[in-house]
Amino acid sequence: MIYRAQRLAAGVAVLALVVAACGSSATPAPSVAPSVAPSVAAPSAAASPSAAPSAAASAAASAGALSVVVIPKQINNPYFDVAFKGAQKAASDLGGTVTQVGPSAADATQQVPFIQTATTQGVGAIVISADDATAVAPALQAAMAAGIKVVGYDSSPAVGAYNVFVNQADTAGIGKGLADMACDEAPSCTGEIAVLSAAQSATNQNAWIDAMKTTLKDAKYSKLVFDGVVYGNDDPQISTTQAQGLLQAHPNLKVIVAPTTVGIIAAAQVVRAAKKTGSVFVTGLGTPKGMQDYVKGGEAPEFALWNVTDLGYLAYAVAADLANGTIKGTEGETFTVKGINNDQPYTIGKDSVVVLGPPFVFNKANIDQFVASFGF
Amino acid sequence: MSAEVSVRPAGPGIGSRFVGMLGRSRELTLGGVIVLLCAVVSFQAPHFLSISNLSQVTTLAAIIAIAAVGESLVVMTKNIDLSVESTIGLVAFVVADILRQKALPGPAAWAAGIGLGLVLGMANGAIITLFRVPSLVATLGTLSIFRGLDFFVAGGHEVNLADLPPGYSDAATQSFFGVPLFVILAIIVVVVAALVMRLTPFGRQVYAVGSNAEAALIIGIRSRLVIFLAFAVCGLLAGVAGVLWGMEFGTIYATSATNVSLQVIAAAVVGGVAIAGGAGTVVGAAVGALFLGLINNALLLLQMPQELLQVIYGAVILVAVSADALIQRRERRLTAQGAIR
Amino acid sequence: MTGAPVPGSGAAAGEAARPEATRPEAARPVSVRRPLLQRASGLLRWETLLLVVLALLVVEGTRLSKFFLTGPNFANLVSAVMEVAIVALPMTLIIITGEIDLSVESMIGLSGAIVGSLWAAGIPIEVGIVVVLIVGALGGLFNGLLVTRLGLPSLVVTLGTLALYRGFAQVILGPTAISSFPAGFTAFGFGNIPGTTIPWTLIVFSVLSVVFLLVTHRTWIGRQVFAVGKNKDAARYSGVRVGTLKTALFVVTGMIAALAGVILAARFSSARADNGTGLTLVVVTIVLLGGVDINGGKGTIAGVILAVFTLSVLQNELRLAGVSSEYQGVAVGLLLIGSVTAPYLARQARSYSDRARRGRQPPAGSVERGEVV
Repeated sequence: MIYRAQRLAAGVAVLALVVAACGSSATPAPSVAPSVAPSVAAPSAAASPSAAPSAAASAAASAGALSVVVIPKQINNPYFDVAFKGAQKAASDLGGTVTQVGPSAADATQQVPFIQTATTQGVGAIVISADDATAVAPALQAAMAAGIKVVGYDSSPAVGAYNVFVNQADTAGIGKGLADMACDEAPSCTGEIAVLSAAQSATNQNAWIDAMKTTLKDAKYSKLVFDGVVYGNDDPQISTTQAQGLLQAHPNLKVIVAPTTVGIIAAAQVVRAAKKTGSVFVTGLGTPKGMQDYVKGGEAPEFALWNVTDLGYLAYAVAADLANGTIKGTEGETFTVKGINNDQPYTIGKDSVVVLGPPFVFNKANIDQFVASFGF
Repeated sequence: MSAEVSVRPAGPGIGSRFVGMLGRSRELTLGGVIVLLCAVVSFQAPHFLSISNLSQVTTLAAIIAIAAVGESLVVMTKNIDLSVESTIGLVAFVVADILRQKALPGPAAWAAGIGLGLVLGMANGAIITLFRVPSLVATLGTLSIFRGLDFFVAGGHEVNLADLPPGYSDAATQSFFGVPLFVILAIIVVVVAALVMRLTPFGRQVYAVGSNAEAALIIGIRSRLVIFLAFAVCGLLAGVAGVLWGMEFGTIYATSATNVSLQVIAAAVVGGVAIAGGAGTVVGAAVGALFLGLINNALLLLQMPQELLQVIYGAVILVAVSADALIQRRERRLTAQGAIR
Repeated sequence: MTGAPVPGSGAAAGEAARPEATRPEAARPVSVRRPLLQRASGLLRWETLLLVVLALLVVEGTRLSKFFLTGPNFANLVSAVMEVAIVALPMTLIIITGEIDLSVESMIGLSGAIVGSLWAAGIPIEVGIVVVLIVGALGGLFNGLLVTRLGLPSLVVTLGTLALYRGFAQVILGPTAISSFPAGFTAFGFGNIPGTTIPWTLIVFSVLSVVFLLVTHRTWIGRQVFAVGKNKDAARYSGVRVGTLKTALFVVTGMIAALAGVILAARFSSARADNGTGLTLVVVTIVLLGGVDINGGKGTIAGVILAVFTLSVLQNELRLAGVSSEYQGVAVGLLLIGSVTAPYLARQARSYSDRARRGRQPPAGSVERGEVV
């Protein structure tokens, strides 16, 4: 009887491994440069960088065997899936392989094991959007010490824990854009506005909101009253109840600004359901497809985003350039990526930040065209 | 001449009896607390009682209430279903996906979704009754497994409102004579469930199995069948909640309806459904859902710091359950005194 | 109560197999060795299963990736689970007594929040850790008193404190995150013993495991825990102070959860109000995977320790294979259900063959307490 039970348990284990095997056949397993890794130093914050692995990695990269792992804030988030498509296109254009892994919840503590696994496997580069700037820093620094290039995108890891950070748009620019769109939507740039954000600790949203608040101090926006920020955690249900609360707590609210793709959809839906279309407006950052119905319906006459596919493309291209030594990530370096930014060169700025380009503003006139061309 | 002197020791006073009556009826108590809450909050935030606010709150609470009715059946049999949130999310996504692909007309898609919920509930029931896996373990497992199915079906995409038939999410805002459609649906579900629990053998058997499984066996109740049916109904109602969820939110992600299980269980518990089984009513579960939804809304309207939300949520659950226990103790003490008399 | 007779404990507390009901053995000649072998195999059966599964997983891991058996990978897979591992130890005892504590993840978050805000206010980390342990004890005491004094089901009480303690964490920290911890603190949480690939936190877990192993299986405390789990009333009539015991277990769980919160904050060099979200389910999964019966009365610490590594290896392998986390959840869910189904089917198989051999009904009283028939 003991054998039968053990066979059953073995069967369960095999089942679990079948899942793993299916998983590995569905997503291309990261191709690993064999010379890297077994000699990798133990991941500790104070390890010294070793020259050999990076030389091996660059040799591997120039041989077209660059392997890149993309770790978004959260898996199965449409925004990051679109960026990944861009990275995949870049991989096919520039050579190398790219895979995406990540946590099912936007939780930095769940991102770290993926970083560590990628480090163990000795990948060529890690492209990451950090759920929390400092929580991922020790693991990223260990990866860098092992010779792996780290490229941040969308949400930056702490300074010093990446080689280059690809920012989708200039933070001050986004803040001004949010303020301007709110001003456009509020009748005569007058009235109460409030912000529905993502997680309370989200680095990028907090930076954009701060930039927006700074812009609002300008005389042009003096008739806009800022009612405060509520947090929807990028959870559709929480974002919905928060937006409903905003509407009820501030009866004279004119504009809800939601700099998050989940929050802006929730806010627009709430405005529609409350039959406040035309008296309360929504703006912020959203995907064209997600907001298409609300632009046409009038809940969100204007909102912005950038080309998310290009963001992923650029992040991969930067990773490839770092891996094969074209750039080092220092301030002042320039490089060009074919097909992006109209082939204009990029300059690496302070703190090794590269800005993708200006955001697009979507409205009724161009929404259908963008949905068709962006595909998201 | 008959001198009949009846000696009666002093019984509980009027106030005491009132508390006793409230204690026996969790629904009444909760109803009273809700009225009190509305009165107090509307002083500070008059919009709390506005039609638009109440419609929004009760619509969302109605969805949770429907799921809570199903969950309460399971809890009454002394089990638990942690996987309702994954069922709701999966059904919501599947229905939205069907409509996006225009594979079936609306009502057929809804029926498919509800049927899916039923199947998932039966799967839970089978694992628990056939393989004797304790419900906490089984539904802990299916919580992940069903959610994994959801991710698999989603394949990395969400379903946007633009993909759905025009005006799809308007159903969530329909109302008849000022009462939101979803609330009417919830009331229908609750009434039907309450009648079933009261009038049918199944209802009595649910209570029997939850109170004393062995005794139920002895008197010939097929406990395993009752439990299986309870989980099946729970899945069915979660499927209904999933369909409504899709209409309420419009855009559905693979991660939709995360963390709903705790809300549903909390609603049932606050509504008087005892985790120990054998007690509580479906009406109580629904009222519990309404109560928790109102509290959430009240905090938002009173602009209390968001951080206090969880504290108050937790406190409410603890107070509700403690009150239960204290009143039960009091009842037992009084009954014991009465018996000695 | 030392020396109090504890019903049904058998030779060693924590046997994984159900003690056989007494049968008339006189008619059959029984060799001395068979009962011993049977008892030994009964005792170790669940743990053997786990060992086999673990071995299989390790073999599969080496086949999957050449980096599986490396030192750094070992350090990774171990340090990833140390917080839930140490909480699983007292949770095992709580579940054996028939209770549960859902609030551990919120205590993890709360303790991180307290240690972080104290540090930000200039108070040394050591003091912060002591404060946090006291807070953990108080939180556990609150849970324990509600369960034992008011007689409330622990599932509901800890559901409430799950929200309550998380709320406290949010009130203390708000939206901010404390991230500038002293380097030594971070090195402890994230780093290894210099020169090796053994994480510091593994030392903490090892020490605690030894303590719990000894206490649970070798002392009167452990015997009382199993007694309460098997039959609360019989234990009480035997003189076991059930309420005090359970409350003490909740206090210990609270303190260890607080310690885990400190480790978590150290490992990520980050104290946030939502630290630890979702960890309760992982802890409960580990305990159940370790063979502890959710209805109480059965389980071993050894099994839980094996389960810690089994789960950690499984997750590590799935990551190495590039499987996304949602499918990792599916694998763990299947494993969880399988881990309970397998012994049940094995028991059914055994009783079938027993009946076939003896030709009669299984002994009366084979309905386990709380089991659905």
